[in-house]
Amino acid sequence: MTHSIEIKELKLAFGAVTVLEDLNLQVGQGEFLVLLGSSGCGKSTLLNCIAGLLDITDGEIHIQGHNVTWEEPSKRGIGMVFQSYALYPQMTVEGNLAFGLKNARMPRPEIAKRIKRASEILQIEPLLKRKPAALSGGQRQRVAIGRALVRDVDVFLFDEPLSNLDAKLRADLRVEIKRLHQTLQNTMIYVTHDQVEAMTLADRIAIMKGGQIMQLAPPAEIYNRPVNKYVAGFIGSPAMNVMEGQLDAGNSEFASARGLSFTVKGYEFDGAPTSGPVWLGLRPEHVQSGKWAAGQPIQREALVDMVEPMGSDTQVWARVDGQEIRFRMDGQEKVDIGDRVPIGFDPARLSLFDKSTEIRL
Amino acid sequence: MTAAANLPGAVTPRGTKPKTVFAPRNIMLYGTLLIFSMYYLLPLYVMIVTSLKDMAEIRMGNVFSPPVEITFAPWVKAWAEACTGINCDGLSRGFWNSVRILIPSLIISVSIAALTGYVLACWRFKGSEIFFGILLLGAFIPYQVLLYPLVIILRELGLFGSLWGLVLVHTIFAMPINVLLFRNYFVALPEELFKAARVDGAGFWGIFFRIVIPMSLPIFVVSGIIQVTGIWNDFLFGVVYTRPENYPMTVQLNNIVNSVQGVQEYNVNMAATLLTGLVPLVVYFFSGRLFVRGIAAGAVKG
Repeated sequence: MTHSIEIKELKLAFGAVTVLEDLNLQVGQGEFLVLLGSSGCGKSTLLNCIAGLLDITDGEIHIQGHNVTWEEPSKRGIGMVFQSYALYPQMTVEGNLAFGLKNARMPRPEIAKRIKRASEILQIEPLLKRKPAALSGGQRQRVAIGRALVRDVDVFLFDEPLSNLDAKLRADLRVEIKRLHQTLQNTMIYVTHDQVEAMTLADRIAIMKGGQIMQLAPPAEIYNRPVNKYVAGFIGSPAMNVMEGQLDAGNSEFASARGLSFTVKGYEFDGAPTSGPVWLGLRPEHVQSGKWAAGQPIQREALVDMVEPMGSDTQVWARVDGQEIRFRMDGQEKVDIGDRVPIGFDPARLSLFDKSTEIRL
Repeated sequence: MTAAANLPGAVTPRGTKPKTVFAPRNIMLYGTLLIFSMYYLLPLYVMIVTSLKDMAEIRMGNVFSPPVEITFAPWVKAWAEACTGINCDGLSRGFWNSVRILIPSLIISVSIAALTGYVLACWRFKGSEIFFGILLLGAFIPYQVLLYPLVIILRELGLFGSLWGLVLVHTIFAMPINVLLFRNYFVALPEELFKAARVDGAGFWGIFFRIVIPMSLPIFVVSGIIQVTGIWNDFLFGVVYTRPENYPMTVQLNNIVNSVQGVQEYNVNMAATLLTGLVPLVVYFFSGRLFVRGIAAGAVKG
């Protein structure tokens, strides 16, 4: 099977500044790939390269088996949805949808047919005669998706499509995009800085930093087995507890710099474990507390420093043998500053990273 | 009293205290406005009343008094009969010359400026910033420095003395300020629109005509007004680069008003001046709002 998108040795430089280098990426047919990273990591730049909106310095881009490296954006078989919607303000919704098709000199009946189909799928039929200014944010983004949809392309590119919407609408539209993907089975590349969008939508996530892909894996693997400290800290909310300390490989003991020590027996090392300075990551949601602490391989007592009740659960900042640890308790449990709470966790769910390279052990 | 005020349902004054009409602030504000508008309107008033008087009444010397007997004869004379040199067909000749200069100059200069601004804003090329910098520098060069070189250029092109020569001069001198206006306006248009249009298969001209121009009415109005008033009010280029039969209205006005032979007909002079100023006045009057909007839009980037 050919890949839907194949990027080979991509390099992009503006003068002396290299933004992307030696980037290789394959996206399967019908795959939903999310490019995730904080601002300035190169994710949107990569998407613009795929779309042909930026001329690359070196490398090749293939879409559906064709080398499109030097093709115009409109000839690449892509549809694109932008953060600011980018609807043409002087045209009606219908005009917006038809603009690309008219440019392609498509016969009128075919244009009408495609607009009808897209507006049915997106439920924007009542809006067709309106101008973008008369639409809400959610409606605008629907029209923007429609503009990609009418092009009847193999690949959809999304550039932070939900970032301009409020939280409630974002959640709704997120589900709709997922449903759209299930219906159309198109290849989709989706750029976001929102990890919730990434986790919920993606077949695979590519976490980017400094123009490089740090980890490319299904969401569960990224969450459970982050390849380095950066990925570990980036995914998960609240963020992972990261402790500095020493690993004794001989008897599988970890001792934090602050005085907390415990065994890491049960942790799956990537290679043969070696002793030395490490970072240890422990997700707040993997710390059990109260009566659930009892069954866990490692048990300690935590002194509560700070409490943040969220309703469904409560975030607790506590110290365990001098080491600060954040964890979550059931929202119904009563907990106060100064309380001593039993906690427990399983070494199998920890993450250990080399101190200097920050790569997973 | 206080107890009553706290009762639910009791009417208590809310909001800031209402200001009286004759507050010191208002007196200062409107007083200043009034004085300055009088300062600017008084000469206009004098011109209008003088143009409606006959010479006998003017000689009585009271410039501020309204005309005893209103006469439109000076206006007719200014338009159709006043003499400049050997021609005695009034300002009408100059008016039509100005129109013939204005329309092509306006269309050509605004079109080229818009296109240049579009390229500089949306299709940057190597050196486009330097190009823009040099263009802007042009705005700071005094016209007088360029007068003679342009005479030579026009002579070499065979355009000296013709209307088209003047059109070319107006177009050239329009470039710095108008390109700046267009470029800044286009730079502020959302970049993603251009990206979307490119994905939709629109090219250089497609984006310009179907995306950029429909979104840019205010800046076209601003540029248009600057050009209409600038070209209409131009005296220097008109007198230097054209022959007497092609003189624009301003030059002809000068020739009427400054004629040293015979009696100074103040009423005709006033009428002629008002006629000449009418075009820019009308343009401002009908496009004031759009003008302000365009200037504001060009100034604020984002």
